[in-house]
Amino acid sequence: MAEKTFKRTDGRGVEEMRPMKAKVGVVPNADGSAMFSFGNTVAIAAVYGPGKMHPQHSQNPESGTLRCNYNMLSFSVSDRIRPGPSRRSTEISKITGWALEPVLMIKRYPSMVIDVHIHIIQADASTRCAGINAAALALAHAGIPMNGMVSSVSIGKLDKQLVVDVDKNEEDWEEGEGATDIPITMTQDGKITHIQLDGKIDDVQLKEAIELARKATKEIYEVQKKALKESVNLNEGGKK
Amino acid sequence: MAEKIERKIVIPGEVIAEGNDYLPGEGAEKNGNNIVALRYGLAEESNRLVKVIALSGVYQPRGGNVVIGKVESITFYGWVISIDAAEDAFLPLQEVPKYVSKEGLSEVLDIGDMVVAKIIGINTRGIDLTIKSRGLERIDDGLVIKINPNKVPRVIGKEGSMINLIKENSGCDVTVGQNGLIWIRGEKIEDGLLVKRVINFITEKSFVSGLTEAVEEWFKKEKGEKK
Repeated sequence: MAEKTFKRTDGRGVEEMRPMKAKVGVVPNADGSAMFSFGNTVAIAAVYGPGKMHPQHSQNPESGTLRCNYNMLSFSVSDRIRPGPSRRSTEISKITGWALEPVLMIKRYPSMVIDVHIHIIQADASTRCAGINAAALALAHAGIPMNGMVSSVSIGKLDKQLVVDVDKNEEDWEEGEGATDIPITMTQDGKITHIQLDGKIDDVQLKEAIELARKATKEIYEVQKKALKESVNLNEGGKK
Repeated sequence: MAEKIERKIVIPGEVIAEGNDYLPGEGAEKNGNNIVALRYGLAEESNRLVKVIALSGVYQPRGGNVVIGKVESITFYGWVISIDAAEDAFLPLQEVPKYVSKEGLSEVLDIGDMVVAKIIGINTRGIDLTIKSRGLERIDDGLVIKINPNKVPRVIGKEGSMINLIKENSGCDVTVGQNGLIWIRGEKIEDGLLVKRVINFITEKSFVSGLTEAVEEWFKKEKGEKK
């Protein structure tokens, strides 16, 4: 019954995501690039490499290295944020790398490095999820061998109600138990590569949240797949 | 007999073919009973071998490839050459077809010189090159252009059909490095620039079937305009 009466601030259904957009090849200079957006959250990612790792002492002769860099542009939010690395962006850079690494066949590039640069050009919560989605697209577009794709979504708990794809208004929910944000990243066969939890939730609801994420990431995967397939037109010739 | 798989764009993790009728080639893997793509590209099947042709990404050096590189630095034993790949390649003294004294390295190839070389080996230490073969030499004249290395097979064509067409119609000598660098030598600069334009045309239309015919048309049109 709660599901019927629950109202989200922007009138979406509890399992409804914001409109998604994806596009590859947005940075022509990069070896691979992509844009991904959830409503007003827009992320772009550019991939360079595999290339030589510098300095030499950082090289790992057993496996390649994935170097992620997450950054929010100063104009991405209404209160200008101070540009440059922060505690938060360093953490998200690290997390993004961990979310992507399980599908990446990076062992094939010993002593080399793959650079992933993620920029949030407009932020309306779920920026790390948009960033991971864009990065996965950009890595695929760069022709890096992968076992599959990853898709990321944030599940929120507003008071006692689970919702899919949290936006900024919902993130600041204060009624009842407040807001809990759970960003989850999954492969296309529903294996978790990344999960974070910011708030309080019980085990039953957490399992429900994961099921919701499984459904949502499937939808995201289709968007990603479409973006990659449509970037090349076999009949007209050439990349768009 | 299994039916022919249509050419299509695949993404990593996508199932290209089911059943045991096919074998995984480059860029594909067998997972249970399915052939799964490992990278983004164009899936193609020939003689039951399913492979994924790369559409993007950096150049992956392979043994036997002819490449065009630039001398980065000189050591006591040879030259370090950048071939636009993840790693720099090395051209040892022994792989030059004449005697070179330890002092005379920079006379053969100086820093910044470009050279056509062949990859003779790739090992954990790096990529080794040679210029001890016909057509491998220092680049002294003409112009060098860079294209996406994934389009190189299109510029060469089936059994060299495309590159021969270009040579015949322009009167230029064209050497295509597998790393996407192309060396064009013509008597007149205009001829070289014509080749540059036709190569750009090929890279833009690289998915069109019957590309060779389209390029023939292109040359006809180009020559007609001049008259």
